[in-house]
Amino acid sequence: MHEMGIALQIIEIATASIPPELGPQKVEKVNLKIGKLAAVVPDSLRFCFEIASRETPLAGAELAIEETPVVARCKACNERWTIDEPAFSCRGCGSGSLEILSGRELDIVSIEILQEGEDADGPR
Amino acid sequence: MQTVHDKGARREIKVVQRVLKVNERMAEENRRRFAEKGVFVVNVMSSPGSGKTATLQKTLARLMPEVRAAVIVGDVSTTHDADRLAVTGAPVVQVNTDAFGGDCHLAAHVIEKAADDLDLEAIELLIVENVGNLVCPAEFDIGEDARVVVLSVTEGEDKPVKYPTMFRTCDAAILNKIDLLPHLDYDKEQAVAYIRQVNPAMPVFEISARTGAGMDAWIGWLREKIKSKLKAKS
Repeated sequence: MHEMGIALQIIEIATASIPPELGPQKVEKVNLKIGKLAAVVPDSLRFCFEIASRETPLAGAELAIEETPVVARCKACNERWTIDEPAFSCRGCGSGSLEILSGRELDIVSIEILQEGEDADGPR
Repeated sequence: MQTVHDKGARREIKVVQRVLKVNERMAEENRRRFAEKGVFVVNVMSSPGSGKTATLQKTLARLMPEVRAAVIVGDVSTTHDADRLAVTGAPVVQVNTDAFGGDCHLAAHVIEKAADDLDLEAIELLIVENVGNLVCPAEFDIGEDARVVVLSVTEGEDKPVKYPTMFRTCDAAILNKIDLLPHLDYDKEQAVAYIRQVNPAMPVFEISARTGAGMDAWIGWLREKIKSKLKAKS
């Protein structure tokens, strides 16, 4: 629902991550890790990002999104497993006292820029 | 952290940063600021129409003036909720998120700004009435001490399992509008069971903001929290 705000944050962080010694650069790709529980809709994020990144070093960049599964640990019996359904309790003992080990990520992993000298006159 | 290495014709620059890091940092700053003043901050969330504002009106009427309280109210637009809460005599700051792009939640920087309009020295309790939404507010730490979710018996019993992140990250649940139970097919036991399924240890307060039924337990819980926070300050 708040994908526009997230898109703006991504642009800010990615822009700040371009090593200044490289001078003005165009970011080709942003690698993201987004958990299935992060309440982010990838298509909606791409749509917002495309609009928000215009006239920034990220204009036209691809958003590569790796969706991370929800992995939980039961605090009662220590069972660990990957979850597919939205609501859940321990598959071992039925307890709802769970720790979410992964699935809530919303991370920028890396950005990719074209090597200096290469593709200088190429498309984009 | 940042390292640069080659990847074919492209150069990959490692970033490894949480997108919401800015919010998390700001939330920690808020938390420090509130702790310094001994202010207990409760983030109240729910779907629209669950009776958050009515519950808070009654809550303030019960606590004040002995507990000095203030409220930050988030809505996409209008000051209707702020007007209703101002009647209690508590200082109220209205935040309209349409200035922030019609945001579906309150973020930490919004709370920081709103708190500037309050005299934190003069209060022990800050209630934040979040934007009516069971999804997004759960993702944003605002620097609160406790999170409370309000649901009502006119909604589906399965709200807790439909919005598990919200119910899993909250410290207490209020089940409102219980005065309407005789007129509804609502299965209250099932609703509480769903809450327990997602968050077994969470206290559930069954109340009617309209009649005042069940308010004692909720007020008692809140008083305890306010007291411990004040004690931690001194």
